[in-house]
Amino acid sequence: MLLKHTPKEIKERNALTINPAKTCQPIGAMYAALGIHGCLPHSHGSQGCCSYHRSALTRHYKEPVMAGTSSFTEGASVFGGQANLIQAINNIFTVYNPDIIAIHTTCLSETIGDDVNQIVGKAVEENKVPEGKRIMYCSTPSYIGSHVTGFSNMVEGIIREFPVSTGTKNRKINIIPGWVEPSDMREIKALAKTMGVEIIMFPDTSDVMDAPQTGTHEFYPRGGTTIAQLEAAGDAKYTLALGKYCSEAGAIALENKCGIKFKTLDLPIGISATDRFISTLSNIAGIPVPQSITDERGRLVDMITDMQQYLYCKKVALWGDPDQLIALTEFLLDLDAKPAFVVSGTPGKYFMERMEQLLGKDMGGAKVQNGSCADMFLMHQWIKNEGCDLLLGNTYGKYIARDENIPFVRMGFPIYDRVGHSYFPTVGYKGAMYMLEKILGVLMDKQDADSSEEAFELVM
Amino acid sequence: MSMKNKLPDPAAVKDEILKKYPPKVARKRSKSIQVLGEPGLEIQANVRTIPGIITQRGCCYAGCKGVVLGPTRDIINLTHGPIGCGFYSWLTRRNQTDPGPDGENYMVYAFSTDMQDENVVFGGEKKLREAIQEAYDIFHPKAISIFSTCPIGLIGDDIHSVARAMKEKFGDCNVFGFSCEGYKGVSQSAGHHIANNQIFKHVIGLNDEAPEGKYKINMLGEYNIGGDAFEIERILKKCGITLVSSFSGNSSIDQFERAHTADLSVVMCHRSINYVAEMLEKKYGIPWFKVNFIGAKATAKSLRKIAQYFEDEELSAKVEEVIKEELVQVARVAAEIKPKTEGKLAMMFVGGSRAHHYQELFREIGMTTMAAGYEFAHRDDYEGRKVLADIKVDADSRNIEELHVVADEKRYNPRKSPELKEKMIKDGFAFSDYEGMIPEMPAGTMAIDDISHYEMEKLIEAYKPAVFCAGIKEKYCVQKFGIPLKQLHSYDYGGPYAGFVGAVNFYKEIERMVNTKVWKLIKAPWADAPSLHAELACE
Repeated sequence: MLLKHTPKEIKERNALTINPAKTCQPIGAMYAALGIHGCLPHSHGSQGCCSYHRSALTRHYKEPVMAGTSSFTEGASVFGGQANLIQAINNIFTVYNPDIIAIHTTCLSETIGDDVNQIVGKAVEENKVPEGKRIMYCSTPSYIGSHVTGFSNMVEGIIREFPVSTGTKNRKINIIPGWVEPSDMREIKALAKTMGVEIIMFPDTSDVMDAPQTGTHEFYPRGGTTIAQLEAAGDAKYTLALGKYCSEAGAIALENKCGIKFKTLDLPIGISATDRFISTLSNIAGIPVPQSITDERGRLVDMITDMQQYLYCKKVALWGDPDQLIALTEFLLDLDAKPAFVVSGTPGKYFMERMEQLLGKDMGGAKVQNGSCADMFLMHQWIKNEGCDLLLGNTYGKYIARDENIPFVRMGFPIYDRVGHSYFPTVGYKGAMYMLEKILGVLMDKQDADSSEEAFELVM
Repeated sequence: MSMKNKLPDPAAVKDEILKKYPPKVARKRSKSIQVLGEPGLEIQANVRTIPGIITQRGCCYAGCKGVVLGPTRDIINLTHGPIGCGFYSWLTRRNQTDPGPDGENYMVYAFSTDMQDENVVFGGEKKLREAIQEAYDIFHPKAISIFSTCPIGLIGDDIHSVARAMKEKFGDCNVFGFSCEGYKGVSQSAGHHIANNQIFKHVIGLNDEAPEGKYKINMLGEYNIGGDAFEIERILKKCGITLVSSFSGNSSIDQFERAHTADLSVVMCHRSINYVAEMLEKKYGIPWFKVNFIGAKATAKSLRKIAQYFEDEELSAKVEEVIKEELVQVARVAAEIKPKTEGKLAMMFVGGSRAHHYQELFREIGMTTMAAGYEFAHRDDYEGRKVLADIKVDADSRNIEELHVVADEKRYNPRKSPELKEKMIKDGFAFSDYEGMIPEMPAGTMAIDDISHYEMEKLIEAYKPAVFCAGIKEKYCVQKFGIPLKQLHSYDYGGPYAGFVGAVNFYKEIERMVNTKVWKLIKAPWADAPSLHAELACE
């Protein structure tokens, strides 16, 4: 047993988090900034933050993750990080020549009260920002919210810096996709293209965090939303924010800045959420849903029809980020499976409200918790007491899966130990089919492994 | 051996690198990039990383919690701070451990106080106390240690007084803290030092019961990445040498408590643990010397030196027997691999000792290390401990406590009398030694401290090495160039690479990496075709 000290008996905790189902803000800001073309993220804090975030993102995406740091020492922590940041800006533009530097803060620079806006102003004043180069920034104190909040804050930072309203609308639709995989962003673009809807998506990490092997390292890969696209986002017809936690704040900021109406949708993961996404996109654009997408949906429903018996009433434990968990819960309900335990370290009241809408009064008997001390240790204790049939969450679930012998599908962030997530989407109907294939695969592998020789089935 | 004839002139490569930097940066980096050849060459190390110059380095917390204390299985390591630091250091360093069926092992858990903004505003001591109590109530561990992250030092939480109070309250659980805020020092190195100090103050010496054994040693600076310590333990056991403690691969707190009962400390990673070695000698009279179990020849040499130290013919004979037996397989595999690797270039930029140690393994398969450097080492790790007295202590190092250690009144027992030690030194036996990386590197190669991303790309462009060794942050950039990167922090989830079995594993691994077919698949077959052969399509 690996998690052998996890007792069945649950003691209430108020201060100690064990095996968290979240991490800190800056990594989300770094990931969001990587989805902007020609942008170098910069961590304003001590070196360790930047190193940890780059390492975690690299382990997950198996791609280069470039970022700078202000390399705070004790001196900077006492006297403020202005000198470090101005020097960093100068060095980055001289050596790495990005179009944009995306600065996010850390708990260190936030605690000492560094004002990035003022420091950037000073850098401009001192001619450290070359003509035509841009700096965007956001505040990401690690002691508020989670990595999801950091992503959302950088999206707001993007909106503060780029979109401009020229007065002439361009009929495009903005999509803020939330913290999803490059494969998902690629799929969202493909769906819009199939529908004939012109979109501007930001951030967009496809062709950045899934860059092809070409024999050379492109420091700024081909992908990412361009400055021109970001500026044009201010003239768009409408904004779709996918996932309330990651994307809504950005959509609100854009409405305030450029007067663009928006709608927040659940992440288009699973069938119902994808239905709403496609319908909304079709309505806003005034373009009917093409047959090919209806057919794709039909293939997904057909697959569910065929395999429904293996999913019915399966108890599922899931953990991770609220936007994903909300969509996954609805998908599981659509499959007649039972979301039994749902945990997110990310705080916020909306999560519980939305989960209650989906699961029914008193969560329909499911155990759901988010925020402080809502962690994988607690979830494991629930599993020890009541059991479940499937685990759905990030790589850290493998310890529970092994100890308790429960089938496990990796989903969310981080996935350190398997590939595929950055190449195969989970959004859209195609994504749902891919996910379903994986879920059925592990459930049926377990049935095969556990069945007696007499009951071992050839055809399933 | 000179490399000058076949390859680009390293001095020119250095100039080319520096050209791109702003003048002040170029001046500073110039002292950390050295072309080797002249004796007595000085390299700048352990100085601040320049902001905005993309670095490999991490922070003090990473060095303390991640590196030194992370591998000890039965201490609850509680991170005091916002959630990130505890999360990122959760199981990401591959320190294997063997608790046995009943042994305690908390390494698979991440513990954090997950500080929120109200804790930062009003102080986090209350939450810390509660968290320690909750950990104690649930797990009843032998020890709980507290690691401060950046905000803690700034808001002034006194983790040490909390630790003292909780230790007293529990009575059966050691509680101690590490003020290893990320901004301290200039790299992980500060965290190593802080870890050494606190373990020495709060743990070493608590249990005087010596384990059974004739030749009792401490293994310092071995972290059991990929099972390295298991392989070293196997070899030591075969030789009849008793391992009293390991700092800290495959370790438990009771090993630390009894470390002072050993008769010798051997040091693998000099950078991260030399402080404990020195303090063990000063307080308890246990001599230390540097060993290296990376590379078959280096392993044999280290074993012989241990045997020589104990001045025991029986041990020497046993050690020779083991070496002879183990080298059969090593020689066989090396002979098989070498024709496929010989003459190829390697580069390695990693850690505080590995960039030195791994050159051994590459030499054994005929590969040359064209450039190497550490991420967080000091001048003595490059130039040898002889320069210790010349190293200027700057503001960043002065902030790290230097423990004043004196001989223990009752327990100081010099394992070698001053006279005997003197005689051994005269006969060529080196104590408290480390020659450093540079003396072992040929003229015309390069040593670069705290290499930047830009410098790494320029080196690759100039020399196109057959293999590049670094860490996860560099892995995929280098591989995008079509050059395999071997991670020497995580071993790319392979290993062990220490000892005799490890050498064989490494030879095979490098052969696989430099000769794998995938590098030949990068170019699509139509990439070079000037245009389509339209006539085929038209027919």
